[in-house]
Amino acid sequence: MAVKKFITGSFYDEEVLFPAVKKVRRAGYKIHDVFTPFPIHGLDSAMGLRDTSLHTAGFIYGITGTATAVGFITWALTVDWQINFGGKPFFALPAWIPITFELTVLFAAVGMVLTFCYLCQLAPFVKDHFNPRSTDDTF
Amino acid sequence: MSLLRYESQVRPALVEGDKDYHQVTEDICRPVEAKPSKLWWIGFLISVGLLIFGIISVIMEIMYGVGQWNLNKTIGWGWDITNFVWWVGIGHAGTLISAILLLFRQGWRTGVNRAAEAMTIFAVMCAGQFPIWHMGRVWDAFFVLPYPNTRGPLWVNFNSPLLWDVFAISTYFTVSLLFWYSGLLPDLATLRDRAKKKWRKMFYGVASFGWTGSTKHWQRHEALSLVLAGLATPLVLSVHTIVSFDFATSVVPGWHTTIFPPYFVAGAVFSGFAMVQTLLVITRKVLGLEEYITIEHINVMNKVIVLTGSIVGIAYLTELFMAWYSAQPYENFAFFENRLNLNSPYGWSYFIMMGCNVLSPQIFWFKKMRTNLTVTFFMSILVNVGMWFERFVIIVTSVYRDYLPSSWSTYYTPSIWEVGFYMGTFGLFFTCYFLFSKFFPVIALAEIKHILKRSGENYKEKMDVIDKESVDQFAEEQLHDHH
Repeated sequence: MAVKKFITGSFYDEEVLFPAVKKVRRAGYKIHDVFTPFPIHGLDSAMGLRDTSLHTAGFIYGITGTATAVGFITWALTVDWQINFGGKPFFALPAWIPITFELTVLFAAVGMVLTFCYLCQLAPFVKDHFNPRSTDDTF
Repeated sequence: MSLLRYESQVRPALVEGDKDYHQVTEDICRPVEAKPSKLWWIGFLISVGLLIFGIISVIMEIMYGVGQWNLNKTIGWGWDITNFVWWVGIGHAGTLISAILLLFRQGWRTGVNRAAEAMTIFAVMCAGQFPIWHMGRVWDAFFVLPYPNTRGPLWVNFNSPLLWDVFAISTYFTVSLLFWYSGLLPDLATLRDRAKKKWRKMFYGVASFGWTGSTKHWQRHEALSLVLAGLATPLVLSVHTIVSFDFATSVVPGWHTTIFPPYFVAGAVFSGFAMVQTLLVITRKVLGLEEYITIEHINVMNKVIVLTGSIVGIAYLTELFMAWYSAQPYENFAFFENRLNLNSPYGWSYFIMMGCNVLSPQIFWFKKMRTNLTVTFFMSILVNVGMWFERFVIIVTSVYRDYLPSSWSTYYTPSIWEVGFYMGTFGLFFTCYFLFSKFFPVIALAEIKHILKRSGENYKEKMDVIDKESVDQFAEEQLHDHH
């Protein structure tokens, strides 16, 4: 098995970090990861990371919420147990918009946060540590 | 990159003083790591006292029923629902600041969003208490959920605004909590890495979910915040819209109006910002964070207050106009006899509402007033008093003299347990806020670092020489060059 070698570096300013990232990649080395105390725009593309598809996941969760709400309410009020509310139609779609909307948002938000935690392997009692100052002022 | 960092010198710095990244960490973590001050203990104990009073009031209500409250034949919703709408309204500013202002790319939100979001969550927790305990038989509260039951299965009425409320408030609470906590993760990790004591390492280690600050994680984190903000924006508008539907879809004169949704949302933002001001004026002073929550922040929020206060004022006038113009006798009676008439039993409450919500915020047209902390603090309290009376006016004056004059005689005043319940939610709110300000960073650390090189005072000074020379000087030079 080939031996993998890792070299680490730390910087005190993101303006020094950027040229360094570019130089290292130009020299043909792969950058494993960069730990930063705050999000630095453009660093992901400089490192050659592809875009996250978390948005798409969120959209799918949202649609699931919409479908769940409309499907369930339709079934409950028109098939399972019809109740006559003042002679109004059983299939009262306009009155279901609020709940449909709320469930769309709820599913999308909860689903996305769980996906985010899963992808980043974030959970209570996870211990992952590299440089304690990378959450303060070191890059 | 350096070009993107440029920000006009006309904009005041959002972070004052000579700061670097490490200094920001130090400043914001200091109140969390230091021992709580005497002031903190006094405030905390008063809040816990109020909370205990509230718990006793609720126990009285559970043991003896809703009869402990002075509700009567026509006023089935009194202080209880007034307080509910009031707290929900306050709970709107946090998400507005963090979500809508994020979408609008307003840099100033970074200084205040964390505290405002926390306030939102606590306010919604307080609001939720009222409908739950108002049910009377609270042990049957789970009946509001659509679950397969032995009563048919008889489903909940999905066409009812009261059920929409259940979904709206619980979704709002969940999404606000997720938004707030996902934003907190990186900052909790900072606290974890600074922790010296064992229990602190444990506590923040668990709370920060093992956050490392990896670039890929940040990329996903940014995507997550952006989408959550996009979801929370219509959500925050929907919540108070749905609360207003509780009234607007009924056929009670004074409630049955189409203006309610926008009017309620504007009122909610208005009272929410006022509560943020109340809390932040104190927080920045007590925790020594004046360089992060600057006078400029206070100034901007006061502008929002005068804007939303005026929107609310226009809504009040529109209501009066419509009552008159519709020529509907009951509508007319509700507005001109029950409300606007100072000689009517509750006329005074209408005038308190008008004075506090519409007239008094107008002083914020003057910059001197907007940047004065004492005035801001006083006004923020006045606005919330006014907004409480707005809900009281809507709820009580619409029903206390209804279609049937024989039920008119009873004048509604709250019982001690109704007042106690309300005070108890103050206790809950402030107990939570005190604990929050002790154990969590009240300012979003990572976000401040993100804007530091753009909006920090010391960085702005170094930015560009061209921007520093006076306009006159520049104009003169140009004149010489071209002639």
